[in-house]
Amino acid sequence: MLGFTSKQLIGVGIFLFMIFIGVPLIIGATGRWDFYFTLTSVALLAIASAGVWLTFYIGRINIGQGAFALIGAYVSAILVVKAGWSFWISLPAAGLFAAIVAILIGLPILRLRGVYFAMITLVLTQVVTLTALALPITNGAKGISNIPLPSGISLFGIPILPDFAGMENTKLAFYYTACVIMILTYAALYRLVNSRLGHLCRSMQQNEELASSIGVNISYIRIVIFAISSFFGGLGGAMFGSIAQSVYPSSFQVADSVNFMLNCFLGGLGYVFGPMLGTLVLYFGWDLLFEFGKYQMLIYSTILILIIRFLPNGLLSIRIGKGGDK
Amino acid sequence: MSPLLQVKNVTKKYGGLTANNAISFDVAENEILSVIGPNGAGKSTLFKMIASFTPTTSGEVIYQGERISNLKPHIVARKGVVRTFQETTIFKSMTVRESVVVAQHLRAKASLAGYFWGSKTAKDDVTAFEKYADELLEFLGMSEIAGEQASNLPQGSLRALGIAIGLATDPKVLLLDEPFAGMNHDETMNMVNLVRSVRDERGVTVMLVEHDMPAVMNISDRIVVLNFGEKIAEGTPSEIQNNEKVIEAYLGSVDDEIGM
Repeated sequence: MLGFTSKQLIGVGIFLFMIFIGVPLIIGATGRWDFYFTLTSVALLAIASAGVWLTFYIGRINIGQGAFALIGAYVSAILVVKAGWSFWISLPAAGLFAAIVAILIGLPILRLRGVYFAMITLVLTQVVTLTALALPITNGAKGISNIPLPSGISLFGIPILPDFAGMENTKLAFYYTACVIMILTYAALYRLVNSRLGHLCRSMQQNEELASSIGVNISYIRIVIFAISSFFGGLGGAMFGSIAQSVYPSSFQVADSVNFMLNCFLGGLGYVFGPMLGTLVLYFGWDLLFEFGKYQMLIYSTILILIIRFLPNGLLSIRIGKGGDK
Repeated sequence: MSPLLQVKNVTKKYGGLTANNAISFDVAENEILSVIGPNGAGKSTLFKMIASFTPTTSGEVIYQGERISNLKPHIVARKGVVRTFQETTIFKSMTVRESVVVAQHLRAKASLAGYFWGSKTAKDDVTAFEKYADELLEFLGMSEIAGEQASNLPQGSLRALGIAIGLATDPKVLLLDEPFAGMNHDETMNMVNLVRSVRDERGVTVMLVEHDMPAVMNISDRIVVLNFGEKIAEGTPSEIQNNEKVIEAYLGSVDDEIGM
């Protein structure tokens, strides 16, 4: 089915069971309701990280995903609060808007390679933050707060999605929503990477000159990939804004952009599901080291350096390394 | 019959330096034409302009009656004028077979969306690509190394891989950049036979830039000689060997280099 082996299908099955049934059961049993918020955040950050991973796949280091997450969060908030749209329509709109911005920005900057592209993207997050501070529609430093919870959707009188405001446990609802979007994102990413577009991306990642000599329109594919990447960023950001019910210029900062990139490195640039694992480990890793107080950052960065030194292909390379070739 | 490809008064200047000055020659269908000249004569620059990897300063390249200079390289490649590179330019972490499959992707019938959803046409495409890749690798005598990662290949195989990638795009004109460089006599003779069979059996017109004189004299139907960015001679191998300008400007200096 869809080109999966039976072993992969079992893996996917276990994964889906864990996040949709296992996690709620464990949380119910232990009473750690705060984990819902943590895991929801992980799912949303993993969506944005998926986009960063995709730009790595065409050989570009992207440290600007925070910019697109912030754009997505503002677009969704403005559409819901000021234009009265349903959140569920504002969500794809936020992604699309981020993608359009990415096309406009990408046209000039995607010609750059290596560290030059990375440096420009590093600036983007700051540019969007400053823009949000300056524009009247984003309400400056006060940001947009009191964003209403997502309303229900019904088609021909049949409720498809419930009204979040009428729910007792919005945490669980947001958790499920974030997980569903994350799974759709990674399923799309997996298909993309294993399709013709993915193969062309791989050829570009390895040698752009040779790719264009076999007729690959490299500038077009770069733009398409950067747009898809930023669409994921916008999607994750919009969802985040809805959960926090507020957006500020500082909601996504340069440090967040760097983290999105680290998630990809940590999980493994060679594996589609790398950024998902990377996000989980990085997010929890930081929290677990909280006990160490002022040494938290020191220990955290030492571990990261060691991982990048000894596992340059990311955490997923451990499992794959033991399983023989492939 | 009009020539397949025409180079018309092509000039390339880098600042004050003239790399190519008003070069003109024709390439007939199904011939093997070599461009030779001492180091710095402007051979590589000329090749880059033909494949549109760099724009011309003036003049134009006409292919099948259509101007192809100063276009994007991928457009020229799609029209059928494909260049290969020296051995370092490969898809390092792909296998030989994967490289040849990816190089055929432009002939895909299914849309990108079709590939995304895994449509029937897309699956048929992939099967066809893989079949053709195996066929092509067998033709080039590379079946044994089909599963090998490109970065592990020896130099000779990398050259052959470059040609395989170029051929997989189904070109009309193949531009080979120093296909015999760094090879011993036997390897060179194998490559000469390979290039000849590419022309004879696949009907591909071949242009090559090369330093290896015996190989060039052996393989070429015609030769164009450049020196300091100017074309100084054009003709059959025997004409070139007896051309005084060439002997003076080129062959003499080669003799000095190798100390004969």
